[in-house]
Amino acid sequence: MKVFMSLCAALVLAWPGAALARTEIHFWHAMTGALGDALETQVKQFNESQGEYEVKPLRKGTYPETLTAAIAAYRQKNPPHLVQVFEVGTQTMMLSGAVYPVYELMQHNEIKIDWNDFIKPVVGYYTKDGKLYSMPYNSSTPIFYYNKDAFKKAGLDPEKPPRTWPEVEAYAKKIIAAGGAKCGFSTGWPSWTMVENMHATHDQPFASKHNGFDAVEGVELLINREFGLKHVGALNGWQKDNVYSYGGRQGTADPKFVNGDCAMYIQSSALISGFSKSIKFDWGTGELPHWGGRYPKATSIIGGATLWVLKGKPQAEYRGAAKFLEYLAKPEQQMWWHVNTGYLAISNTAVRNLEQGYHFVKNPKQYTAFAQLTGLPPTAPAALKDAKKAAPPKPERVATPNSSGLRLGNFVQIRDVIESELENVFNGKKPVKQGLDDAVAKSNALLKEFAATYKQ
Amino acid sequence: MKRTVFPNRWLPYLLVLPQLAVTIVFFFWPAAKSLYLSVFKSPPFGGRDVFVGLDNFTALLRDREYYESVLNSFVFALGVTGLSVVGGLVIAVLANQKIRGLAFYRTALLWPYGIAPAVAGIIFLFIFHPAYGILPYFLSFVTAYEFNWLLKGWVAMTLVILATSWTHLGYNIAFFLAGLQAIPASVMEAASVDGAPPLKKFTAITVPLISPVTFYLVVVNMVFAFFSSFGVIHAVTHGGPGNATEIMVFKLWKDGFIGLNLGSSAAQSVILMAVVIGLTMLQFRVAEKRVTY
Amino acid sequence: MSDARTTTTTVIDGGAVAVRPRPTVTVLQAETERPRRRVDWNTILVHAALIVAVALVAFPLYYAFVISTQALDEVIQKPPRLLPSAYALENYVEAWRRSGMARLLLNSAVVAVGVAVGKIAISMLSAFAIVYFRFRGASVVFWLIFLTLMLPIPVRILPTYEVVGNIGWLDTYAGLTVPLMASATATFLFRQFYMTVPNELAEAAQMDGAGPLRFLWSFLLPLSWANIAALFVVLFIYGWNEYFWPLLITNTEEMRTVVIGLERLIPRSGTELPTWNLIMAGAMMALVPPVAVILFMQRWFVKGLIESEK
Repeated sequence: MKVFMSLCAALVLAWPGAALARTEIHFWHAMTGALGDALETQVKQFNESQGEYEVKPLRKGTYPETLTAAIAAYRQKNPPHLVQVFEVGTQTMMLSGAVYPVYELMQHNEIKIDWNDFIKPVVGYYTKDGKLYSMPYNSSTPIFYYNKDAFKKAGLDPEKPPRTWPEVEAYAKKIIAAGGAKCGFSTGWPSWTMVENMHATHDQPFASKHNGFDAVEGVELLINREFGLKHVGALNGWQKDNVYSYGGRQGTADPKFVNGDCAMYIQSSALISGFSKSIKFDWGTGELPHWGGRYPKATSIIGGATLWVLKGKPQAEYRGAAKFLEYLAKPEQQMWWHVNTGYLAISNTAVRNLEQGYHFVKNPKQYTAFAQLTGLPPTAPAALKDAKKAAPPKPERVATPNSSGLRLGNFVQIRDVIESELENVFNGKKPVKQGLDDAVAKSNALLKEFAATYKQ
Repeated sequence: MKRTVFPNRWLPYLLVLPQLAVTIVFFFWPAAKSLYLSVFKSPPFGGRDVFVGLDNFTALLRDREYYESVLNSFVFALGVTGLSVVGGLVIAVLANQKIRGLAFYRTALLWPYGIAPAVAGIIFLFIFHPAYGILPYFLSFVTAYEFNWLLKGWVAMTLVILATSWTHLGYNIAFFLAGLQAIPASVMEAASVDGAPPLKKFTAITVPLISPVTFYLVVVNMVFAFFSSFGVIHAVTHGGPGNATEIMVFKLWKDGFIGLNLGSSAAQSVILMAVVIGLTMLQFRVAEKRVTY
Repeated sequence: MSDARTTTTTVIDGGAVAVRPRPTVTVLQAETERPRRRVDWNTILVHAALIVAVALVAFPLYYAFVISTQALDEVIQKPPRLLPSAYALENYVEAWRRSGMARLLLNSAVVAVGVAVGKIAISMLSAFAIVYFRFRGASVVFWLIFLTLMLPIPVRILPTYEVVGNIGWLDTYAGLTVPLMASATATFLFRQFYMTVPNELAEAAQMDGAGPLRFLWSFLLPLSWANIAALFVVLFIYGWNEYFWPLLITNTEEMRTVVIGLERLIPRSGTELPTWNLIMAGAMMALVPPVAVILFMQRWFVKGLIESEK
């Protein structure tokens, strides 16, 4: 009987009509490990939800490798329908002429998505002239992580993370003195967390022309001004007494926090689920520290990647891509993605549904990023139980042009330049001012180069 | 010397065809394309290539970072060559005495040649790891200095040099041993009869006699360090901290494949090509003269 | 160049290949015929120094092995533990599973063997044509091949990538191996070797009525085994350890070679702790095959090295 059953199954699977009728939609991505599994599950769910299209996900390496592969394929006139590109590649994609903008795709296929329902700082990053160019997929923002055990050891309230930089410094010194940790705090993705987001949350311009949103030509970096000097100067000063301990680029510093070496850490909110598995002590999250004073408190900016539709395929096939993107935009998919990966749910409906399901009450750490991006107080979840009764919390942060994202050409290299120069400052090779001046000069050359390449 | 040849019209062409085809398709065509790309600015997704003359080159020559990468390449190549050639010579001279177990020693010293520089890099990365590495741990008893390769450029450079030298040492030892054994025994005996002290014997007889080997190894190690060491940099430091370990080949890759600046990357290729041609010429010139003997 | 006695040292890719047509010196001579005497301090000192050298060279590998047998909290404990622990099997199984090691090793083997065999085959043929035929354009061919010495992969990387893409070879075994095959080094080795083969051999073959291919197959090939074996080792290692090229032209997990795949065990945007024990287990698995090839083929390899240059 078993044999007969499997024979039947094999026949069904091998039946040409069943498989061939579906249009294949190729989707290249860069997600590994648990994130890659989540992506594949989501794609499978979509494939099972309808019978017309079959999305075929394919991992193409890291973000840069995926982009390079897509470019090569496009040049050889055989691109995938969808490709996942990290946020720093946005300007390159927008100007490439190779992209089928998402708003256009949706129009042509008469699919209506209420983009106004999406969280502004996320959609804004990928919107040009009010039109959305790519589909936000995995978005996160840097948040503040802290070791509650170390806080307790130093006699600090473990439920109150520092909210200002002077507090961070004071706490760090107390914790080190009490033997709670060897260093105060460390950072992941140094340019993203310490330069890009610090400028955004303090409402300071990172680059001219509205962070590059207004023009391609004549854009210049502004990180060597008063605020940049102040912040990088402070970090540099803190290096000496281990208040700050530089831990390398990307996630190389993660172990410093996970081991308990550093009591505080600033890193992407997408690490919450990973940390939940690997950290053995009691820990919490908080909003990014602020310098206070005369700087306004603004929302933070995102990181992550979006899905771009590439030109060069038969028009009829794009309907499948559109359907898939529509599927991803559904609140229940947003919620599923958030719960399973730790990336943000990016529609307000999804967030509301999560609140009503007490998701944030159960997972208060997950709320921090939403609060910071939308400007709400970070401690709201406790009050959210009775969200309907209570008055909506008052925003604490403002959304400003400086905090709505960055749109720079050659941004990958610019990040590299900034991180190189930060390292040159932190290892004593250059004074703060010279390091930042050099970073700006090199970045401006890259921006100019980019503008020249795209000048018609 | 007159050689016997086979009379055949078409067979020789057929015989060279595979190699010639591969050579033209994968060497000359791409090299020509590099030359072409180096005078254009091209958007990565294609479209209009804009002719810019020598702009890509002048931009490089005005870029301090490029000079840094040239300097890093030389520091790296000289470090690897110095360490593994000198180390190899010393060990080979030791092993070249009439002792038992020479075969064992040679095997025990040769095997790292099989290890990829990238794999060696990963192993050394852990040995140097600021938090868990055994080296910083023991050094911490000696000095308070923090040997953190994530932050200190020279530590990172030392790391990649040591890892690469490690894989190369055995190769150099094998060569030196071969060279040393080819020195006629009568020469050494004559020196011993003259009563020359060992060090004198080494510098006055051994060193000049094996200079062709030394020269060959220096060139091989240099070229290897220049071109084949992309792996160790990519796997371990990614050119950092700062740009302290960004060698020319890594920068070329980074600008071309991560930065998508095809013109600049091609220009760097062309410059590298000139360097290799120079090195090869030099090598042939010296090889023709034969260093000593 | 035409004199067979000139040493041609050619460097670029494979590592060593240069030729000195001359009978091999046996390295092991020194070992034999040593009469026993009283304690010889000099010898003991030399042994001590050599043992230190061997230990220094072996230490990184030993340390990597030790780490690969430990549990993660042993790996990060202080003081570092320098003895193997009991988790070897677990770690190796996990590293094998997580990196898809079977596929990685298979790919590396295909690439290493493919590059070695392909390069040896095409070089042998073209060197044969150059030495044993007189044909129009022979010198052009010779120079074209010679010039490839000056174009190592990195300097022509972008366009080669594009060419391979245009042929449709991205992410294929052909793309991984064929572009690494053309190189002048092996051709030179064979050319130099053929020139040392006594002329009488070819004459005798012709007298017997053997055609050129027959001569190559029945006369030259049997004489070339030592060279082929040495080249095989050098090229196998070159192919196995090549990093730049596979990194570029493979873009699926299924086509990665082990040297590249290993880098992926190092988490860079870590949602998990770097599992150093697994990384080291992976490293051990990646380095065993080429090291084994060296050890097993040592005799020929060293012979090849010695023949190359002295």
